[in-house]
Amino acid sequence: MSNISFHQRTRRKAVNVIMLSLTGIATILVVAPLLWILGYVMREGLQAINLRFFTDLPTPVGVPGGGILNALVGSLMTVGLGVLIAAPLGMLAGFYAATHPDAPLGVLLRFGTDVLSGVPSIVMGIFAYTLIVLPQKHFSAFSGGVVLAFIMLPIIIRTTEEMLRLVPGSLREASLALGAAEWKTSFSVMLPAALSGVITGILLAVARAAGEAAPLLFTAFGNPFMNVDFRQPVATLPHMIFIYAISPYADWHAKAWATALVLIALILLLNIAARVWIQVRARRLKG
Amino acid sequence: MTMRVMTQIKHETNDNAPIKVDVKNLEVYYGKFRALAGINLAVREKQITAIIGPSGCGKSTLLRSFNRMNDLTPHSRVNGEVILDEQNVYAPGVDVVDIRRRVGMVFQRPNPFPKSIYDNVAYGPRLYGIRRRADLDEIIERSLKAAALWDEVKDKLGQSGMSLSGGQQQRLCIARALAVEPEVILMDEPASALDPISTLRIEDLMHDLTKEYTIIIVTHNMQQAARVSDFTAMMMIDEQRAGQMVEYDRTTTIFTHPKNKQTEDYVTGRFG
Repeated sequence: MSNISFHQRTRRKAVNVIMLSLTGIATILVVAPLLWILGYVMREGLQAINLRFFTDLPTPVGVPGGGILNALVGSLMTVGLGVLIAAPLGMLAGFYAATHPDAPLGVLLRFGTDVLSGVPSIVMGIFAYTLIVLPQKHFSAFSGGVVLAFIMLPIIIRTTEEMLRLVPGSLREASLALGAAEWKTSFSVMLPAALSGVITGILLAVARAAGEAAPLLFTAFGNPFMNVDFRQPVATLPHMIFIYAISPYADWHAKAWATALVLIALILLLNIAARVWIQVRARRLKG
Repeated sequence: MTMRVMTQIKHETNDNAPIKVDVKNLEVYYGKFRALAGINLAVREKQITAIIGPSGCGKSTLLRSFNRMNDLTPHSRVNGEVILDEQNVYAPGVDVVDIRRRVGMVFQRPNPFPKSIYDNVAYGPRLYGIRRRADLDEIIERSLKAAALWDEVKDKLGQSGMSLSGGQQQRLCIARALAVEPEVILMDEPASALDPISTLRIEDLMHDLTKEYTIIIVTHNMQQAARVSDFTAMMMIDEQRAGQMVEYDRTTTIFTHPKNKQTEDYVTGRFG
């Protein structure tokens, strides 16, 4: 120790303090806008929120009151349909990618997933418009669900694949050594072990899709009235925010904030629910 | 410790036991690399055969040849024969599932499934179509008893297998392997991740299991090989880094009068 000079020690401590401060400042810089956005949305949104906001349909400009029931239902329909399509498809594809990483189809899948996740969502919207809306000759909740499925797919495929790879290889070997087939091993051993992560991936995908407005412009289209028919256009929360926000009316601006608050709260609730569920499950497995 | 002495009296090495698994000129390749070179080994029925040797000499590769787990390694290739009761497990048309049912395996680290204790043991029987609850109950009790775990877990079969201690987990894995009534049990350093007490329990258990099962164990631990096994196979790598069999004999002979100089150096701790 004696050959480390006082000067060197001071320098080392100073560098340490500087680097620690830098990481601290960076953290604050990242967290601050997040809290700011949340706080601002809360402040603006809470002014227009009341119980009727959830149970009423939108009113024309100038008519007081009005809510977003149709958009809540529409979002539920499109996101629900999307996850029904994307979750099984994405999980199965993720399985394939995890178990056949070197197969040509596996490589192609991984490449395709990367490209798909990089396609702007508005392009997905145009694609779905050409593929579904044009042949059917009208906008629909169905086409909205399909386009959201495309947005969810890459996230679900990727997380499923990565979570399965995290499962210790010894579990797979134990099952195969008992004479289980590969698919049986995947579904009875690998999937339960990776389930928490896979579910998290699905919820992330849902959260992402629930906030998409652009692809729904040409598909779900929006609808000022209540609709539960998948063949007809529906309103959705992000699209509603868009319509309210670009309007010139102060009343609608307030409603845009309120709708934004509802959307954020829903996504947050979804996340919290998932975390609680995962923890309960983990505790049960650990005994 | 009394139990240990008793079991040792019960189980005695039998030089005339019939041959259960006969390895003939076995070669295993990983791509172009030859991992095993011309292995010959006659494993005797209801005896414990230990495979020892320095790291990287192909012990595990040899062990994994008995139930064709090497098939899972990409680009692996096998020449020669592994004859299990007159059937070559590498013959064309052989059902791997059938081989793995007859040749069970216990791994280095305890690897219970993230399922209940009951479902862990029931996993194998269910694979082979046993669905009736009463039948499963009986198999689970018998297997857990055979693995000397029943008394510790009989009141909490619904709990996760991962809630058990390391030694208990390994005995659960043994019970899981026993549940499909294999004929041969392969053990790949089954106690290397366990504390000394748990290790002792596993070793006692192995002696009990020789009443019904043929056991092949890979171990790094010389004392363990000397304590538990009836026969010992000593492996080394040759100049091309391929694993080869140096000496195979009664364990007492290997550890007291080895014929091979390398074996002597290894078992006396001069290297490895």
